Amino acid sequence: MFGGVRSMKRSAVSMAAISLAGACALSLSACGSSGTSVASSGGSGGSLAGQTITVYSGQHEQTMGKLVQDFTARTGVKVQLRSGDEAELANQLLVEGSASPADVYVAENPPALTTLENKGLLAKVTASTLAAVPAGDSSAQGDWVGLSAREAAFVYNTGKVTAAQAPTAIKDLASAAWKGRLGIAPSETDFSPVVSLMIKQQGVAATKTWLQALKDNAKVYGSNEDLVAAVNRGDVAGGVIDHYYWYRLRDEQGASGVHSTMSYFAKGDPGALVDVSGAGVLASSKHQAAAQAFLAYLVSKPAQQIIATSESYEYPLLAGVTDTRLSRPLDQSGPIASPAELGDGKQALQLMQSVGLLS
Amino acid sequence: MTLTSPSSSAPLATRPPRSSRLGGWRPGAAALPLTAMVVALLVACPLGFVALEAGQSGWDATRQLLGRPMVLTLLGHTAALTAVVTAASLVLGFGAAWLVERTDLPLRRTFTVLAAMPLAIPEFVHGYCWVSLMPSVQGLWGASLVMVSSLYPLVFLPVAAVLRRSDAGAAEVARSLGHGRLSVLWRVTLPQCRPALAGGALLVALYLLGEYGAFAMLRYTTFATAIFTEFETAFDMTSASVLALVLIALALLIVLLQAWVVRQRGRVVRERTSGRPAAPIPLGRTKPLALLAMTALVGTAVGVPVYALGYWLVKGSSTTLPSASIWSLTLTTLGYALGAAAVATAAAIPVALYAWRRETRLARAVEQTVYLTRALPGIAVALAVVFFAIRYAQPLYQQAPLLVAGYVALFFPLALTAVRSSLAQVPHAVEDVARSLGTRPLAVLARVTVPLILPGLGAAFAMVGLTASTELTATLLLRPTGTDTLATQFWTYTTGLAWGAAAPYAAVMTALSVPAVLLLTRRTLGDSRTHTTREAGR
Repeated sequence: MFGGVRSMKRSAVSMAAISLAGACALSLSACGSSGTSVASSGGSGGSLAGQTITVYSGQHEQTMGKLVQDFTARTGVKVQLRSGDEAELANQLLVEGSASPADVYVAENPPALTTLENKGLLAKVTASTLAAVPAGDSSAQGDWVGLSAREAAFVYNTGKVTAAQAPTAIKDLASAAWKGRLGIAPSETDFSPVVSLMIKQQGVAATKTWLQALKDNAKVYGSNEDLVAAVNRGDVAGGVIDHYYWYRLRDEQGASGVHSTMSYFAKGDPGALVDVSGAGVLASSKHQAAAQAFLAYLVSKPAQQIIATSESYEYPLLAGVTDTRLSRPLDQSGPIASPAELGDGKQALQLMQSVGLLS
Repeated sequence: MTLTSPSSSAPLATRPPRSSRLGGWRPGAAALPLTAMVVALLVACPLGFVALEAGQSGWDATRQLLGRPMVLTLLGHTAALTAVVTAASLVLGFGAAWLVERTDLPLRRTFTVLAAMPLAIPEFVHGYCWVSLMPSVQGLWGASLVMVSSLYPLVFLPVAAVLRRSDAGAAEVARSLGHGRLSVLWRVTLPQCRPALAGGALLVALYLLGEYGAFAMLRYTTFATAIFTEFETAFDMTSASVLALVLIALALLIVLLQAWVVRQRGRVVRERTSGRPAAPIPLGRTKPLALLAMTALVGTAVGVPVYALGYWLVKGSSTTLPSASIWSLTLTTLGYALGAAAVATAAAIPVALYAWRRETRLARAVEQTVYLTRALPGIAVALAVVFFAIRYAQPLYQQAPLLVAGYVALFFPLALTAVRSSLAQVPHAVEDVARSLGTRPLAVLARVTVPLILPGLGAAFAMVGLTASTELTATLLLRPTGTDTLATQFWTYTTGLAWGAAAPYAAVMTALSVPAVLLLTRRTLGDSRTHTTREAGR
């Protein structure tokens, strides 16, 4: 990663050098002045340059760092980045209320954003920003915008499961064949959307039966990081994770240390969940224009390109940004679950609690 | 003994300590209770926050929440774990302290440092190391193993501080009366340590109530897991607070139990202020056994995490030489931790003094209240600090002093335990004598009382400093925006599964404990030197 810091600096310099044209391609809300502000990235040009915004980010810290640096180079807006756990940051925002020093909140999953939205803490996102990504990827009320996507996948230990045995429907994990061989991390914010989708497709009763069987079959892990490592070690044969955990594990273990691979659930299955990460502007922000400009930047081509090629291994949402680091393109996966479909996830949580999968 | 204090005419030897204040009200007399109460009020802020939030829950919602079938199971898990880990920590903490302070065990100094070291290894490192090396470490026994090896220093440090300063007289008298070594250990040494043991046990038990992270890794669910779910998955602070109130009630039970244990039999106090160190007890033929036990303890508690860190440094693909920024992070971490240690230790003095000088119900209540905060999960304490700071101290919000304040709220009980158990050894008459000789109260404090409890202050400082330097949850919420500590940087890498890149940060955190503990043992080098000269003289 320290190599990462260096290359981050290098890329920021070259980005700044090539950026005049790129910046005008942005749909910056401050677009009228973005040309000049980029040209004089020291800060005297645009009305936004020289302002400072505070970003609470639950996203991958290194990727966010690159995005912020590039944004500052292009607009002259300084960013104070506060990285943390998305859920803790959401709680912090709820406690801070209207006195929050935050201007922008970037989350990993929709429920955190939906919670803030329901409490009226988010401002409407500029229409042009929302228009940059598919409509279904953002809040239906327009309070937050989708930035990137991740996909649920089945990771399995190659010594214990063959490719042919890998499940194509997540419902199959309830079968006796998986008893004692399955791992799940139900307390992760990534898991409850799968359950929400299951409820939508199969109804509450069927989902409850499935969860009960899942509880009997599975070892429960505290986090996806623990789960993917356990599968790779062979403690369990397979488990449901978000795809990027496996990529990060692969990077860290090196070729000789990887004893696992991923398979995907069939298109349309609740397990084939594609979930968005999004960002919103706080209603209490005193730098609305600069904060909106940051959101606009995040859905712009340069930013989406950074997301596509970073070690966070997420799918970019902007059409035309072709990804180079993931083994299969997003369009082979199922449609992105709309935030409206997922809601705040309360029903899924209660169901998991009622069968004892969650405490 | 015919000395009397100016404020009272009762003879010194028979007077209960509190009566020294009854002879007349002086303006200074209210200062101590007031200071103690202000400190307690500030430290107990998180309790107020939790109560406020929980108060928003309706009766039906509360009943539904607490009526869930999981609640009883989880309470059972928490109780079992607390009992096992507390008992084991008492045995190991006392045993290790006795061996390094009272016997002729070789390499005592080195063992002292190593035995205190697990405190400087963040609990998430403990948990991860065990899981990655031995996946079978799980469930109640796995969680107990990992928690004991990370928490026993909370017993070890205060007990060692007491043993180092306690007077040899009582033990020698007991031996002269025909008591054997074991009998002396049971009848003299253990009672001398009872306040420290009870304090340490209290810290261990309270910590276990609110801990979540390590258990998640060990796949063991406790009551704190349910609170965590409400905070982190449901974003429901009200439900989380209702559940946290249950933890506070449990904590209250434990605190009262501890007070009862301490009161059970009379205190063993020194008759004199200058503790004469006992000659080290020769271990004789049991020496190899003792050496083996000590080695096994530190090998388990320190060796395993250090081995796992080394493994990741060698094997992890993300391993690079840490950039120079690791040193600035170290300085930042040290700054916050030392600040918290100093403030917590200083703030513990009035609360401990108040409870020690006035053995009233009010004084006890003040002391016991501050312990309750320790049972809250870190996230609840951190959010409470956010809640109060953003309303009443906005300019300080997300500034360094606020992070220090958060650490103090979290770790104040550690400091209080250490100071309190040191004070318990000081004869009450000492202050009265000094005052009767015309010394002013503050000067008595500075010249008589504080020097007597220096080892306790040292232990308080070290325990808070070490624990704060590895804190993560509150740090993430309260740190100044853009600032990192060793723990946050470690967390950033591990959440990205970059264990190789993370390892150096955990290594530095662990290494920081060496100077801290050395400093702690050095404070009382005078005593150990006496040991050496006496030994040499034989």
